[in-house]
Amino acid sequence: MSNNTPVLEFKSSTFFAPILILFNNDMIAIEESLQEKINLAPEFFKDSPLIIDLRELNKHQQDFDFAQIAQIVRKVGFFPVGIRGGNEQQNMQARALSIPVDPGRDQANSATQGEPQKQDIAQQPTAQPEPTVANEAAQAVAASPPAAATTLINQPIRSGQRIYATGDLIILSQVSAGAEIMAEGNIHVYNTLRGRALAGVHGNTAARIFCFDLQAELISIAGDYKTSEDLNKQTYDGPVQIYLQDHALIIKKIA
Amino acid sequence: MARIIVVTSGKGGVGKTTTSAAIAMGLAKAGYKTAVIDFDVGLRNLDLILGCERRVVYDFINVINGEASLSQALIRDKNCNLLYILPASQTRDKDALTFEGVGKVLDELSKEFQYIVCDSPAGIEKGANLALYFADDAFVVTNPEISSVRDSDRMLGILSSKSRRAERNEEPIKEYLLLTRYDAQRVKSGEMLGLDDVQEILSLELLGIIPESRSVLSASNAGVPVILDEKSEAGQAYSDVVARYLGEKRPHRFIDGKQSFLKRLFGGRS
Repeated sequence: MSNNTPVLEFKSSTFFAPILILFNNDMIAIEESLQEKINLAPEFFKDSPLIIDLRELNKHQQDFDFAQIAQIVRKVGFFPVGIRGGNEQQNMQARALSIPVDPGRDQANSATQGEPQKQDIAQQPTAQPEPTVANEAAQAVAASPPAAATTLINQPIRSGQRIYATGDLIILSQVSAGAEIMAEGNIHVYNTLRGRALAGVHGNTAARIFCFDLQAELISIAGDYKTSEDLNKQTYDGPVQIYLQDHALIIKKIA
Repeated sequence: MARIIVVTSGKGGVGKTTTSAAIAMGLAKAGYKTAVIDFDVGLRNLDLILGCERRVVYDFINVINGEASLSQALIRDKNCNLLYILPASQTRDKDALTFEGVGKVLDELSKEFQYIVCDSPAGIEKGANLALYFADDAFVVTNPEISSVRDSDRMLGILSSKSRRAERNEEPIKEYLLLTRYDAQRVKSGEMLGLDDVQEILSLELLGIIPESRSVLSASNAGVPVILDEKSEAGQAYSDVVARYLGEKRPHRFIDGKQSFLKRLFGGRS
């Protein structure tokens, strides 16, 4: 009779999972130090999903058996749910164990060897001059789809414009009233912030907002917000930072 | 190739058409062959300000639709033979403007003219978007008043993102500020936003401050661009604007307002 109710539905959602970054291929040492960490907070790690990051290992071309690593993390109580930064062989091993491979994020990584990773990230903002500002209002645009690094914008964000950054967002110019800036990470505004600023939009409660002159219409971190009505009760001469503490937004002057 | 200027603001009634007429006349007087186009289809005004309303036969939309040639529709100004007006249609609406049509007309004008001034309608809809799309320079006309400043700010966002230059990733449109209807006395008494207040939000290169002046209204009614009234402050201010735009350095006037004769005599500053 219940023919009309659908059997299933797809929805998109974001989850947080710890990432295990390996620096060494010494399996015994890995197991030991993993157990050590778990002993510090056994409840926290119990049955936790885990993503295994092999970038550092591969950067130094250390040989190892992925299947063995998977076995170790399972043994100590993790559920490996993903691998990233692996080479072709490791990715194949992962798939054989039904562990998904994270494809995109660091294409540069598997290709470039010896190239320092940090430089890569540092160059990204400048390499793409204001990708988002070009796209006005209607569509909030992801800064640069593959690399969730930092988005740098050095022109004013005008009323009606929306900026969305998948990582951190740094704005060197002013943000006008009626503009909206959003980031999954932190937001830095090295000028006057008059519009709306929403940091940690995917629920990152550790995200912060920094600005030189706070005159915002609304600030929000991970969904907790304050409007200008609350903000205007106090004036802050000079730069401030805003962070979340027990679901309360704290605004503090930066000395 | 012509340089295309859009005169825009977002908000209505701030002085876009007055400014368009004045600067187009100023550029023509300076010796540049200039065309001024009324993009306010359905609410055409530019022809009135320029005093050529009785000579309108064909209009912008006729040219876009191929019903008339450009040379048939362009009206030569009676005060300056380097200035031509392309009037808007009064019987149509903004939907009659097409992307390709406007582009074609501007291309054709570009071959013959040195400057093309596009008088944008108010709002951020089709007419305004098409007026700014092809522009090289933008004159953002703003009144010293909070809603006008906010709308100009919005317009600047659109200028930097929805123009041809933005889409082609070329050098962005050069944006200039024109502060119109400025009343130095009311600024002093705190009733009106001052230049600093406006610039704090817009931070643009200031091309000029046009003081509130009776001569603007009487010039409009007479159908003579106010820039031709050399005795009026507004006329002088517009002359300064054109000169600055053409690269001349002139100090800004009319920020503090004129002092009365008595005050000058006694050095009073109240």
